[in-house]
Amino acid sequence: MLNKALSGSKGYWSWVVFLLILIGLGFACYLWQLNKGLTITGMSRDVSWGLYIGQFTFLVGVAASAVMVVLPYYLHNVKVFGKITVLGEFLAVSAIIMCMLFIFVDLGKPMRILNMILYPTPNSIMFWDMVVLSGYLLLNIVIGWKVLECEHQSVTPPHWTKILTYISIPWAVSIHTVTAFLYAGLPGRHYWLTAIMAARFLASAFASGPALLILLSYIVRRFSKFDPGKEAIQKLAAIVTYAMIVSVFFVGLEFFTAFYSRAPEHGMYTLQYLFAGLDGYSKLVPLMWLFAVLAVVALILLINPKTRSNDSGLKIACVATFVSLWIEKGLGLVVGGFIPNPFERVTEYAPTVPEVLITLGVWAVGFLLLTILYKIAVSVKEETA
Amino acid sequence: MEISRRHFLKIGGICVLGLVAQPLVKAFAQSDVSKASRDPKALTGKKWGLVFDATKCKYSEGCRECILSCHRTHNVPAIDDKKEEIKWIWAEPYENAFPGQGHEYIAAEIKEKPFIVLCNHCTDPPCVRVCPTKATFKREDGIVMMDYHRCIGCRFCMAACPYGARSFNFKDPRPFIKEENKEYPTREKGVVEKCNFCVERLDAGLMPACVEACPHKALFFGDLEEPGSDVSKILRSHYTIQRKPELGTRPNVYYIIV
Repeated sequence: MLNKALSGSKGYWSWVVFLLILIGLGFACYLWQLNKGLTITGMSRDVSWGLYIGQFTFLVGVAASAVMVVLPYYLHNVKVFGKITVLGEFLAVSAIIMCMLFIFVDLGKPMRILNMILYPTPNSIMFWDMVVLSGYLLLNIVIGWKVLECEHQSVTPPHWTKILTYISIPWAVSIHTVTAFLYAGLPGRHYWLTAIMAARFLASAFASGPALLILLSYIVRRFSKFDPGKEAIQKLAAIVTYAMIVSVFFVGLEFFTAFYSRAPEHGMYTLQYLFAGLDGYSKLVPLMWLFAVLAVVALILLINPKTRSNDSGLKIACVATFVSLWIEKGLGLVVGGFIPNPFERVTEYAPTVPEVLITLGVWAVGFLLLTILYKIAVSVKEETA
Repeated sequence: MEISRRHFLKIGGICVLGLVAQPLVKAFAQSDVSKASRDPKALTGKKWGLVFDATKCKYSEGCRECILSCHRTHNVPAIDDKKEEIKWIWAEPYENAFPGQGHEYIAAEIKEKPFIVLCNHCTDPPCVRVCPTKATFKREDGIVMMDYHRCIGCRFCMAACPYGARSFNFKDPRPFIKEENKEYPTREKGVVEKCNFCVERLDAGLMPACVEACPHKALFFGDLEEPGSDVSKILRSHYTIQRKPELGTRPNVYYIIV
């Protein structure tokens, strides 16, 4: 089936070349980082995680795209999702690969990464994150590929793919939970030390993953003869709607606990920094308000059945959902946790140009993989249709 | 290639022998003495702790002996950029060292009084809990130590430490070491570091560098589990506080405020 990725239109190849250029730029910057150290990034002693770990955290959420089509299809017999389960799974595969790359580029000593396996440490949540992410990656690539291969050969998929699919459903919950636990178990970080962190991660994942899947479905429909189907897209839109409502609700809960209790250990200072500025520092304020505005726009367009069932309305809603959650989770949550620092001082963070280029490079790797996998999947679907 | 049954059994037997031999040698030939024998002069303790007496410290009058001595001993680079600086021991005003433990009417001289801060060598250290490679670990004598050769530079420990005690080598630290102490290793870029309670000096029978260097006897070091030690006596006879005790980390650095 791989050969299907090797023939394509001019547009396909220009897109691939464009991604390869971004990857090359990112890789060059990474070599620079390898040589100079993380000093070329905007991270500091106080804000010791930045854009890389933010992207990692956000993309674990995007990987939820798979479970949100697989669960309704296999457990609730939602037939319309049958056509697009593989799209969900392949998006999850690309997202997890990006997650792993973001962890890798964030390491100070990447050549020692195998120490995580050579000295396995079960009391470290990072160890478990490695276990659940690699497991989820394997499950999705194996299931997605085998089922697609069977479709290609016009045979029914073997029984074991179904068993693996059932395993992959609770496994998906584990990746968001364990990733949230990276943050939610640290005693000194008030903004992260909240029991609903895992629930927030699940909710925002179930919104951002399917939102991107909807956008990708529109792209697939536009550029190929394969149509994921209006009904499937509408079902996904309903999922995004509920998940986005719950996501925003959860953020609201954090605000209530922080500002009504007025106890500094519930993250009040961080929320002040993020949305109003603290001690005269306010770099993230415009972005956080952009999050708020986009979240409201997304909710209005999603809740209103007229705009949700309208193609362009849904597209805008999905872009708004995706971008707003990217700001909230991929930037505000991670950076905010470090502000103020343990001495109650504010050190601000802004990524540098090479840091942004490395980040774009990793995204480009993910999208290249996604393009190849989708090209194969769509070509098979076109043939069998 | 043909393998006769006899040949197969021979090879199999040797393999089994090989597998059994190593544990057998370990079981019978291992002595009780650990491989690296300890210097008889070495200071030993059950739980090391440090007390800082703010009433004696002359930091506000310009004394920097503890900091200079520590950083010289451990090849801590002098990086001026606040964002990338490396520090094992330094001073913070009361209100920053003990956030939430002051109030708006507190005497100005206490509010701004400098307090020496360093790794607390917590009894229940979050940094050890989160490290994915055991590069940060706790010794039996309570010291939280780092293996710079195992650290992968993920900085999870920095996120976990509620005391800001950890520094990361964003760049190669060696050009920033003014005078290298050949007795102690330097670090590479990409690893985390922090105060080690001078394990290398304790092993040689010496007190930590900061304690030894303090000309005003403001720092005390000793075994908290030993009732006769200096630190135990001070803790029994003075009112002392810890940094952020509410977090349950049980720090082993104590402070005399007034």
